[in-house]
Amino acid sequence: MSDVATARALLESLGAAGSHFTGDDVAHLEVNGNEVVGSHLVPGLDVDVEQIDDGIEAHIRLHEGVRIANPVHLCFGMLPTEGLQHIVMKVDVEADSFASVQAHCTFPNAIDITHKMDAVVNIAPGATYEYFERHLHGAEGGVLVVPKTLVHIGEGARFRTEFELVKGQAGVIDFDYDADCDAQSTLEMITRIIGRGHDTVTIRETGRLNGEGARAVLNSYLALRDDARAEVYNTLSASAPYARGHVDCKEIVQHRAVAKAVPIVEVSHPLAHITHEAAIGSVDSKQLQTLMSRGLTEDEATDLIIEGLLS
Amino acid sequence: MGILELHNVTLELGGKPILNDLSVDFWEGHVHALIGPNGAGKSTLASTIMGLPGYTHHSGDILLDGQSLRGVPVDERARRGITLAWQEPARFEGLRMDRFISAGAKVKSRENVERMLTRVGLDPARYIGRKVDKTLSGGERKRVELASILAMEPRIVLMDEPDSGIDVEALQRIFDALTDFKAMGTTVIMITHSVAVLEHAEHAFLLCNGRILDKGSVGKISGYFANNCIPCHHENMPAPDEEMMPA
Repeated sequence: MSDVATARALLESLGAAGSHFTGDDVAHLEVNGNEVVGSHLVPGLDVDVEQIDDGIEAHIRLHEGVRIANPVHLCFGMLPTEGLQHIVMKVDVEADSFASVQAHCTFPNAIDITHKMDAVVNIAPGATYEYFERHLHGAEGGVLVVPKTLVHIGEGARFRTEFELVKGQAGVIDFDYDADCDAQSTLEMITRIIGRGHDTVTIRETGRLNGEGARAVLNSYLALRDDARAEVYNTLSASAPYARGHVDCKEIVQHRAVAKAVPIVEVSHPLAHITHEAAIGSVDSKQLQTLMSRGLTEDEATDLIIEGLLS
Repeated sequence: MGILELHNVTLELGGKPILNDLSVDFWEGHVHALIGPNGAGKSTLASTIMGLPGYTHHSGDILLDGQSLRGVPVDERARRGITLAWQEPARFEGLRMDRFISAGAKVKSRENVERMLTRVGLDPARYIGRKVDKTLSGGERKRVELASILAMEPRIVLMDEPDSGIDVEALQRIFDALTDFKAMGTTVIMITHSVAVLEHAEHAFLLCNGRILDKGSVGKISGYFANNCIPCHHENMPAPDEEMMPA
């Protein structure tokens, strides 16, 4: 299959989300396994990619003061049923720049695939970097997803990330994000995952509010059914005055699924403040009965409630 | 003509009879009000008609169009045209208003959602993208719930304390909705403590100790408000504890 055809096949597996393939003012990069099969850049954005045995090493640089209007699309995936894709990524977001990156990870035919990411993200003062990672898996769930990211958020900078896996079967997810936050910076991490079958999900999110006035929110929303299992470890610490943070974990559990939430908050400055809440349980009976009294079946009502929770 | 008939319905919760050999008919296309003191069984009656979990183990029978509803689950009752507006509507974290309103709507379109929001006095431009969550006030949630029920075009709507926790404007919107229901031919059964609400009904019933003690014109039944309640031989039962109520 040619590179163009492979890129198209990857994007087609994303459905409507793959429509970014055209458009001169839209930056994009498509990687199938360890091959770059398509790319397009816009001024102020550099992407250097090197092929390694089992994946790629990418250095993404957003130049100082550059603000990219349209989302940058990265498509990582594997069309085969088996294999390893290792993405090593270094991201430098220079001062006062802005970019919103949409990473589409598609493994539509997976039976035994490992998708591993090791990323280091440095966001310079005054910059904003958004990274939304959306996974599309096949029905078999044969994917091991291991995203590990270290982030440094400079003074007054902002980092917002979302990890979403709501279509297809998750497989095994071992998610680990760790962020250091300088003064007046903002961190927002959101995960939304539906676990089915024998999916196993582990989420580790860590934020350290080291600078005065730094703020962070760690949100995890999971819906588990069948025999899925999930463990969520959210850790947020504040060591500077006026640092503010909140940790929130909500999990809906159905059938034989098991969920565990371990929020850890640590405050070492008297003018800092962190809160947390966690709610794990079945679908709220009043919500369910409200929707059923509109004529939805129990399954339809449950799906709609979960849709809201994960929206 | 009677669309909904209850025959000798008795329901115990926590070992106490809450509905007590209750019989009543509701007329198709009419607006009915049920009044009575706290613990009289009004909300229990609404939950029993709706068939909510924990309210189905009653004796006697409930007939819709002459057909028994025994064993008919909540969602099927709703599909047959019965629905319930809660005293305290549920919050749905993250659920968009258009998805909520159109969930049970007869016509599932954005235009219809906008029309329903307008009918309850909520500007679609401001509200359609909002979530049905804690960011809405109590009155807004009541109106959004009403919009979802109007969109459903039910045959029978049970309204539990439609005036509780809302402001004057929201209450007027609820009265406007009664006109809409009447125009649609919907049978309305309101549970209320309010004379203002009662006055919008065509027929009224006084419920006490799980029984209908009197029925008739609104003027007649509203007289009980002036006297607090009529003298009766039954000792009123307190509302069951929350812990004793089914989930």
